[in-house]
Amino acid sequence: MAIDLHKYANPKRFLAITAAIYPWSVWLTVILLLGGLYLSLFVAPPDYQQGDTVRIMFVHVPAAWMALMIYTLMAVSSAVGLIWKHPVADLTAKAAAPIGACFTFLALVTGSLWGQPMWGTFWVWDARLTSMLILLFLYLGYMAIWESFDDPTKAAKAAAILALVGVVNIPIIRFSVDWWNTLHQPASVATMDGPKIHSTILIPLLVMGLAYTAFFVMVLIIRVKAEILKRRLHVLQIAELRES
Amino acid sequence: MSRFIQLVGRDIRLAFRQGSAVTLSLSFFVIIVVLFPLGVGPELAVLARIGPGVLWVAALLSCLLTLDRMFQADFEDGSLDLLIIGPLPTEILVLAKVIAHWLTSVLPLIVIAPILGLSLNLPGDGIFALTLALLIGTPTLSLIGAMGAALTVGMRRGGVLLSLLVLPLYIPILIFGVAAVDAAIAQLTVVPHLFLLGGVSLGALVVGPLAAAAGLRLSLS
Repeated sequence: MAIDLHKYANPKRFLAITAAIYPWSVWLTVILLLGGLYLSLFVAPPDYQQGDTVRIMFVHVPAAWMALMIYTLMAVSSAVGLIWKHPVADLTAKAAAPIGACFTFLALVTGSLWGQPMWGTFWVWDARLTSMLILLFLYLGYMAIWESFDDPTKAAKAAAILALVGVVNIPIIRFSVDWWNTLHQPASVATMDGPKIHSTILIPLLVMGLAYTAFFVMVLIIRVKAEILKRRLHVLQIAELRES
Repeated sequence: MSRFIQLVGRDIRLAFRQGSAVTLSLSFFVIIVVLFPLGVGPELAVLARIGPGVLWVAALLSCLLTLDRMFQADFEDGSLDLLIIGPLPTEILVLAKVIAHWLTSVLPLIVIAPILGLSLNLPGDGIFALTLALLIGTPTLSLIGAMGAALTVGMRRGGVLLSLLVLPLYIPILIFGVAAVDAAIAQLTVVPHLFLLGGVSLGALVVGPLAAAAGLRLSLS
């Protein structure tokens, strides 16, 4: 399975491909999000203990999934950018970071809104909450390092180094925080014995997860495109200055 | 090897002749620890409870204080360029810098930590575990910090960015370090926590110099 990565390194070809994917991602986002919200707000049964507050979960859990997935994606594209000097991969990592930070923030906020009626407090220093908060800081650090270099190629490399060190550290942070203290329920969807929750809840959850993914693809395409156009504009401006 | 030792020796001599570096981080460490009893109140039971955490957090922060000087002075007077062009591989150069940093600005903290532990009413077992855990865990602080320092060298206001980059990565050390001391105070076995700290330190020994060397080459290119 030898994919020629350099074929996609050409920004023009990249733009052509994403232009084809973009409308699909928009439609998928709209349909899945509407369907998922309908399923989770009206179809899914209320929990026998938690009542309707359980519905926060349909917003909360996919956001947490996305937060982790986007960091992984960022690390992989950083590695690709660092190893093959692939310009679009660097831009993808850069464009993905703020989206990932937003999903992390969403997961934290919805989690604390759910925690208030359920645990009686907005915030506990529990393993999962704390590691998500640290993930948010990793995202912020990554975004800050992009901002602090004048030269974009340098910034891309520095950010890639940071993202890769971060990805080595995330499992360690995860374990350390896990052993430290725990109140959050353990994973119940992706376990070795298959999902542990009933299909009336699982299906809306998965639909919402897919909707979030489609939304992410849509926003990512917009952001990468904006980055490429910004670079192009910069080059054009410099060329114009030289001529005048 | 002799070049490596010479470089470590040079950095240690520089740190001691400038004088301020060692005493600065040491007094910072002491002041942070002293602030806590003033802020929290002097009850000995409370102080004994928060003592391990306070000492570890103070150690992290004082280590951070001197990190941005790890490469900065050499970068400003140009010797960093010469060192990188020189025969020593950049990774080994970073390692020498890390050792010098640890010896000059972290080791003094570990030496004084037992006395501060006594003042926070830590029991004897706790103080012994604290010193051991600091000895095993703090090299990671310098190693990961070297990566941050290399990325921010030559940057305006690099110090603030450095703390945002490095502090989240310090969290495992903090948790395992405090867990070791708490275990010792509760008369449980300390060894597993120390093994974990040692494992993290060894991992950082591999990743740190590689990442820092990549960062240095980038900052100087």
